[in-house]
Amino acid sequence: MSYDVVVIGAGSVGTPAAFYLAREGLKVLVLDRLPSPGQGSNKAAIGGVRATHSDPAKIRLGLRTIAILTRFREEFGREVEWRPGGYVFVAYRPEEERILKELVALQRSFGLNIRWCEADELLRVVPDLNPQGLRGGTYSPEDGHCSPLLLCHAYYELAKGEGAEFRFREEVVGMEVRAGRVQAVRTDKGRYPTALVLNAAGAWAAQIGKLLGVEHPVYPDCHEAGITEPVAHFLDPMIVDIRPGPGSANCYFHQLATGQIAFCLTPEPPILGEDRRETSAFLPQVARRIIQVVPRLAGIRVRRTWRGLYPMTPDGLPLVGWVEAVRGYLVAIGLCGQGVMLGPALGELLARLVLGTPLPEDQIVLRNLSPERSFARAEVLR
Amino acid sequence: MSAAGGQRRAVRLDKHPILEVRRADPFAFFFQDEELVAYPGETIASALFAHGIRVFGHHPRDGAPQGIFCANGQCAQCLVLADGRPVKACLTLVRPGMRVAPLDGLPQPPPPPERLDFRAIEELAVEALVIGGGPAGMSAAVELGKLGVKTLLVDDKHRLGGKLLLQTHRFFGSRDAVYAGTRGVAIAERLAAEVHAQRTVEVWLQSPALAVFSDQRVGVLREGRRYVLVRPRVLVVATGARERSLVFPGDTLPGVYGAGAFQTLVNRDLVRAATRLFVVGGGNVGLIAAYHALQAGIEVVGLCEALPECTGYKVHRDKLARLGVPIYTSHTVVAAHGERHVEAITIAQVDEKFRPIPGTEKTFPCDTILIAVGLDPVDEFYRKAREFGIPAFAAGDAQEIAEASAAIFTGRIAGRQAAQALGYAVDIPPEWAKTAEILKSKPGRVHPLPPPPELPLFPVLHCVQEIPCDPCAAVCPLGLIHVDPGDIRRPPRFTGERACSGCGRCVAFCPGLAITLVDFRKDPDHPVVTVPWEFGADSLAPGTEVLVVDREGKVLGAGAVVGLAQVPGADRTLLVRVRVPKGWALQAAGIRLPQGERAPIPPLPLPEADEAIVCRCERVKAREIRALIRQGVRDLNELKAVTRAGMGACGGKTCRNLILRLFREEGVPLEEVTDFVGRPLFLEVPLGAFAGMEEP
Repeated sequence: MSYDVVVIGAGSVGTPAAFYLAREGLKVLVLDRLPSPGQGSNKAAIGGVRATHSDPAKIRLGLRTIAILTRFREEFGREVEWRPGGYVFVAYRPEEERILKELVALQRSFGLNIRWCEADELLRVVPDLNPQGLRGGTYSPEDGHCSPLLLCHAYYELAKGEGAEFRFREEVVGMEVRAGRVQAVRTDKGRYPTALVLNAAGAWAAQIGKLLGVEHPVYPDCHEAGITEPVAHFLDPMIVDIRPGPGSANCYFHQLATGQIAFCLTPEPPILGEDRRETSAFLPQVARRIIQVVPRLAGIRVRRTWRGLYPMTPDGLPLVGWVEAVRGYLVAIGLCGQGVMLGPALGELLARLVLGTPLPEDQIVLRNLSPERSFARAEVLR
Repeated sequence: MSAAGGQRRAVRLDKHPILEVRRADPFAFFFQDEELVAYPGETIASALFAHGIRVFGHHPRDGAPQGIFCANGQCAQCLVLADGRPVKACLTLVRPGMRVAPLDGLPQPPPPPERLDFRAIEELAVEALVIGGGPAGMSAAVELGKLGVKTLLVDDKHRLGGKLLLQTHRFFGSRDAVYAGTRGVAIAERLAAEVHAQRTVEVWLQSPALAVFSDQRVGVLREGRRYVLVRPRVLVVATGARERSLVFPGDTLPGVYGAGAFQTLVNRDLVRAATRLFVVGGGNVGLIAAYHALQAGIEVVGLCEALPECTGYKVHRDKLARLGVPIYTSHTVVAAHGERHVEAITIAQVDEKFRPIPGTEKTFPCDTILIAVGLDPVDEFYRKAREFGIPAFAAGDAQEIAEASAAIFTGRIAGRQAAQALGYAVDIPPEWAKTAEILKSKPGRVHPLPPPPELPLFPVLHCVQEIPCDPCAAVCPLGLIHVDPGDIRRPPRFTGERACSGCGRCVAFCPGLAITLVDFRKDPDHPVVTVPWEFGADSLAPGTEVLVVDREGKVLGAGAVVGLAQVPGADRTLLVRVRVPKGWALQAAGIRLPQGERAPIPPLPLPEADEAIVCRCERVKAREIRALIRQGVRDLNELKAVTRAGMGACGGKTCRNLILRLFREEGVPLEEVTDFVGRPLFLEVPLGAFAGMEEP
């Protein structure tokens, strides 16, 4: 039995890719060492989806994901709790005001629906923002959020419906390459002949690359997140505060469709590695940050916390495309914590790439995110 | 219709045959603008129950009525709005003027605090941290205190004692080792006094532990409002047990409770939480809870047990049977009926695989169903501490489910182990381990009653099953009762070496109420039998005719009360003397007052079994879970992602076992099933607390 494509990783990227590949009639096998879909970093994501990036490739992918999510229920008959509540980046200091205003100009030049709001206007968008010292912020009403768990699972079911096979609790231990071409994937349980391997292994992508002798500059960085009890709806957008704080570079939070507040911060300095054990530092750090922005959060009760891995790259951009060193080796890795918001669009693009039918507008994505690029420049705002 | 629904009765207990009813001056609070009365120290839940209000709100997902379930802060089914904020009614004390409202749907987020006053989170280094102030935790803290170890004991309740505070019965076990023969509530007081006498032991009440972190700190919410990070060198985890549950249609109706929840309302808060009760489960917890209900004046319609015999101590079973409670073995619950509250239960006989046999259903009207089908250790902190390299010792039910007497002992051992880990030179006597094992042992073989001695006055020891217990031997002033001191599980024996004085101490102090005195001296043809009685002196005036029953509850006939007595120090156990015909003397083991039989009513139609709720927090039905299992799902985390089962307030603590049971029923070996990932927090706490705000 051989497969047209073997996808490694049933997460935010591999699962939609499997669906779009299988929908094109390809014989797809997805391998994951975990027991079920989305058990790596997908389930650790809090579900923000935006197109308001500063890199044209990510902008394109973000816009496409939003378009897919907007029609998801209609097209696929599945609920993924997509809520286009927008994104708000707040500014409480001149530094952030300046950064955000510069960014808005750039983003608007790409045609994105984002604008600078003065404090009083921003308070109309988010009445519960702390008005004390608020200078204003950006508002992008077409961004939103969805349930990462439901999205991943929907693609899993859809992919199976198109004939994709999934094998869980199977670890890839080797790859066979002959004459510079992929021949088969070997796991701890079996051998799967294929001419095409898609690495979608998230935080573990570099380990998969090593099996082919390819070094991927992808390294996991650990973030901690939490969720509260559900409360009646009071918050529409995802709120992002990019002020640095003690131990953190930024924080962000939003209210889920089901009423809970999910919150997260980016540790600074980064916590590199795969350790996902809970720390006592997180809650005190994140609580004062997010209450500072929305004081009303103070009385809402925290239910749970967890940690998840961000597969980071040197320039903050993913690696997407064919790897030149090995023919038949495709990667969609280093999503830097944005697998959920870029995964659906990437899945479509990867299918076009495998079929050899890329669209003209795919070129900018493939060029900017090329795994062969030099990693000299960093995105203005990741 | 008001959220309260149904009929409302004032149901505070005014008196109790064992517990002293003491209430300070009442005050007013409000439920839905109606002025109600509460007493200091009552939780919102108890104050509402005291007015017959048992529906506290409705679930946001499907509008199902919600009320008390665990009464232990572990689930969130009792959420109400108190002065506009959602709180757990079972943990929150009611205050004068408090405005309580039912929680229908999701609560509004509380208003913002007036000031953002963030304080640094205090860190506190201690030598030993003991989590849990029940029998095990208090015993561990006492051992640590005796050695001068700087110890912090934290407990989530308002008083030390843990579940001992709910135990109105006398304890089994060894009188020397663990206060056997004393009531649980009294043991709690003694142990608490010992804890408070330790100079180096600090106690924080209303201070739940929230999480054990990988950086070896333990988050504690001090006195319910100040978040503190405790850095212990060793940890003793004495967090007790949580109650197992069952899946059946109607399983989340208000009126279906864990036995512990019920004991909390009745024995701690002195509220008559039911009128007519059915108990599911014939282990010690179910048997004792049924007995406690009777003491609180609640009618016990019946008790069912899925196994062919009750698994609790036979003396507990027999006590109930003697009081006329029907016990249905090889039966299980198949449905709770009622629209907004329990109105009836249907039980059915089960086959050898514990499946209900159609056609054997029996329906009984009742307003409350207690689920007492076993306990599981609350061992999350212990497992995390081990994972994170903190030297940790578990004690009591957190280590292994057993009697509270065993918990006292394993607590002592854990306390000494913790001291040793800290480098203190202290021994653990080798016989402690043996005693702990004996105290943990399950009931054993049943022996025949030995032949009676040829004496005019002697005790009959109806204690025929092997259980760890020895107070009878210890209290006999003449040393005429023998229990093997090397193994107190052996049934006691009356030696008959000398004449019994008839003092009645063995009758009064036997925790199983399994000893009688037979006295032929006055009238050899009509001996007087002395039996223990824990229901007060009312309606037992001399001359009263009572039913005399044998050990297992069979009615022998009528007998007349000839007198009542009390043994000094016997803490409200009465001795009732009854004159009986000679032939009953050895069989007579108890009395009961004549009462009507409660026969089942015609069976009610059974709802679809798979409509039963498995995850009560997120209202996930058995049908949804089974469908996914049949589709091949083998990961609880995937089930959670798809159905939300386990995502609710309790964090899967209640539904995990129930889901695993469904896997077994579907023929899936549990080795194939991946468990939930355990995550902090143990309890939900306002975000503001973590920002160093007090009362956010």
